Parts: sequence; C-alpha cells; structure tokens
Amino acid sequence: MAIRERLSGNEAVAYAIKQVNPDVMPAFPITPSTEIPQYVANYIANGEIDTEFIHVESEHSAMSATIGATAAGARAITATSSCGMALMWEELYVAASNRLPIVLALVNRALSGPININADHSDSMGARDSGWIQIYAESNQEVYDNFIQAFPIAEDKRVHLPVMVCQDGFITSHGVENILLAEDAAVKKFVGEYDPEHYLLNASEKMAIGPYAVSNYYMETKRAQRQAMINAREVILEVAARFEKMTGRKYGFFETYQMEDAEYAVVIIGSAAGTCKAAIDEIRSITGKKVGLIKIRVFRPFPEEELAEALSKVKAVAIMDRSEMFAATSGPLGAEVRAALYQARITAEVVNYFYGLGGRDITVSDFKTVYKNLETIAETHIVTDMYEYIGLRREQTEEV
Amino acid sequence: MAREKIQDRINEQSPWQHITEGNKIFEAATSKDFCTGEWRTTTPIWESEKCKQCLLCTPVCPDSSIPVITGKRAEFDYEHCKGCGICAKVCPFGAISMREGK
Repeated sequence: MAIRERLSGNEAVAYAIKQVNPDVMPAFPITPSTEIPQYVANYIANGEIDTEFIHVESEHSAMSATIGATAAGARAITATSSCGMALMWEELYVAASNRLPIVLALVNRALSGPININADHSDSMGARDSGWIQIYAESNQEVYDNFIQAFPIAEDKRVHLPVMVCQDGFITSHGVENILLAEDAAVKKFVGEYDPEHYLLNASEKMAIGPYAVSNYYMETKRAQRQAMINAREVILEVAARFEKMTGRKYGFFETYQMEDAEYAVVIIGSAAGTCKAAIDEIRSITGKKVGLIKIRVFRPFPEEELAEALSKVKAVAIMDRSEMFAATSGPLGAEVRAALYQARITAEVVNYFYGLGGRDITVSDFKTVYKNLETIAETHIVTDMYEYIGLRREQTEEV
Repeated sequence: MAREKIQDRINEQSPWQHITEGNKIFEAATSKDFCTGEWRTTTPIWESEKCKQCLLCTPVCPDSSIPVITGKRAEFDYEHCKGCGICAKVCPFGAISMREGK
C-alpha cells in the first residue's frame, strides 16, 4: 500500500534517498538544494540509514568524491543547484565518460550572473552535452518517482551512465504537495542491491579507471559512450514499465496532455507544465479550441522521433525555453525540437519563446496568450516575434 | 613467461565495440607497456669507465630508467627514458653526457 504524505520536493528526494540507503553521499550546500543533504544528514544522525556522508569543501570535491566512491564500488549520490553544478563541470564529463552510474539530485536554479537563486534551467541545460541522462519533473510526485527510477536506469549494464534528476528550484523543491510514497521494502526491491561487476576495491581484479586516451582511442571511446545513451532509451522505458507495475503511475519520454486532437501545442519542461494544463482546461471548456501540451520528461537521451510523431498533426507549436543559450536565435529546447520537426519533414508553424528566467512567474493568462498567438500564426502564416520573452516589460513604443 | 600486453587485446586498430567500457584497464603496472622512450629528443650516454657507482643518478630519474642490478647501475632503459637530462646534471664524475637525438 502506498503511503499518503504531504512533502516538499526536497523532502520527497530526501525520503527517496532514505528508502534507497545509498552507500556514500558527498555534498556541499547550495540554495535551493541545501535541504536534501540536510535531511539526509538527519536520517544518518538518527540512525535511520547508514549512508557515509562526506562533508566536502566545494562542489568540485563533491562530484570528485562521488566519482571516487562509485569507482571504488559504492552506490553514491549527490545533490546540487546552479553554480554548485557549474563548479562540478569538469567532473560531470569525467563521471559520464568513465561510465559511472551516479545519481545527482539537481534542483534547477538560474546560473549567475546576475546572481539569482530562483528557478530556471540554465544549470542543467548548460550540462546537456556532458553525457548525463537528464530527467525532469513537473511535480513533487514526479521528482520522487524519477529519483527512484534513476538507479535502475543508471546501473543497467546496457547503460552505465550517470543520471541527473531535475526539479524546479523553490517551485517544487520548497512547495509542499500531496504525494504517494511507495513502501520502503517495495523501493528497496525496485532498486535492488548494488552489485557492480568491476570496481577498484575488488582485491581479486586488478583495475584502473580513467586512463589517458590518445586520439587513436578517443573517438572509439566516445562512440561507445554514445551507444550507452542510445541504449538508455529502451532501459528508461523498461524501468518506467516496471515502476508502473509497482505504483500504477505511468511514465515515458514525455507526457502528452490533450494532444489527441490538438491543433495548437506547447512543448515545455518542468513545473510550468501544470500552469499550462490549467490554461488548456480553461480554453477547451470555454472556447472548445483544440489546444494541447507536450511536457518533456527525458531530455537526454533526446526523444527526437517520438516528439516529431507527437507533433505531426498540429498546425502550430510554441516551444518554451526556461534558459537562454545566447545563440541570438533559439533556446536549447527550441533548437532541438525544431531540428526534430525538420528531420521528420513536419511543416507546422513554430515559435520558440523564453519564459521564467531567474524565477519569473508564468501565468495561466500568459499561456492563453501563447495559444492565441499560435492560432493567429496558423491562420496568417506570419510569425511576428519568433523568439519572444514572455512577461518581459517593454516600452509601449517598441515595435514587435 | 612473457606478460600478455594490453595492446595485444586492444590496440590502435580496434573497432569501437572492442573498447572497454569507460576505457577501464583490467591489469596493473601497464605503464611498462607505454614506450615513452619514443618521446626522447636528447639521449643520455653512460661512460662506465668514468662511473664510480655512487648511484646518485638512479633515484633522481623520473621514469625509473636507470636499473640497479646487485648494487650496481646498469645500462639505461631506453624504452622508457625520455631524455630529460637530470641524471647528467646530477652525476659528479661527468660519466653521463647528453647527445642530440634518439
């Protein structure tokens, strides 16, 4: 039987950590993820789990120690946000290329500068090329569910890649919601005992990890790493199917909401999907207009073909980015979804909007405006502002 | 028995499917298989008749390329000597000189 609770996103992740009882957790505090190691430290102090907590002096060391512990043969995790993850940068790539199944709880927060502590996706989007699997959540329930699923995904022999479990800073990390928790025994059985085949502390096998690879080896190594990310696709779906059996909650690469007959679609990542769903319900009930949503759950590996298929019948799409990449054109999600559409020869009208940077609110009314824009664009085939910033203050005289 | 070298199994002609996961290496002391002597641009020459066997050269060699056999240094290990010249500097008797080239 599931346990009914009300928890913040950070509490939900910490509770999942308690249920998994990993071997090692090196961590350094940073808003808004600080509570996660704080709660875990409490569990350890209370004797509820026997995780070895390492108090490191920086996130560079946090990820280094997590890598070292995992290479040694431990199930190791860490948590961070924003500039904390930026300080892990070098190690993120090392963790992935060394094929270490680390799970990182990332509480998304804007990167400096200007310094800001609120939600946007610039931290994880900046790390999108690091070789980590990235899974995003709309709600506290999804963060909890994704965090538990991350272990069997990362540790599958076909994958052996680190997983970043992302949630929106403060919006879900500190917002308290009703949640259904799986029982401890069920979670333990779901993630299983960690039993690595090769590890440094194995006295009966000589082994070295992370050697120098000259150019004669580097490309072959990268191609093998790419294969792990390709394999992750089927593993993510297998783990989701197993999770559904345990909890009844269904997960895939993305969630579709009212997409069956949708003519106008939004593609978005994270908590703002909830606000968009409210707008969809209102628009459909009042005007009957066919509006829908695709909420990306798995951004790495990128579900290119599946997304294109899901968008194959719409008239217009708004791809919504919660981070800049200063191409002076698209945001990261916009660029990849548009590439997917082009590859599938889908000719729907597309706009790529930016929203919620540095924690800026996005409202139901904002989404209504987005759908209205899509309707106009589909009708006129004229895109007036391809890369609009939603909720931006502007001079009234400014031409749009 | 000759030790099996890792390059007998994985080498510069291996297809990507043969590369070990994350380049993990499943044996120890593999640096012996890496012939750093190829990097050399100057080569130390040992003149044994000037050598007093003081053994100051051996511990300063960064690549353990001056073998000591029964208390006496032997010829350089040119497979691994990078030609840094520290041994020539440290020798008090002028028994080691550096020659241009390999």
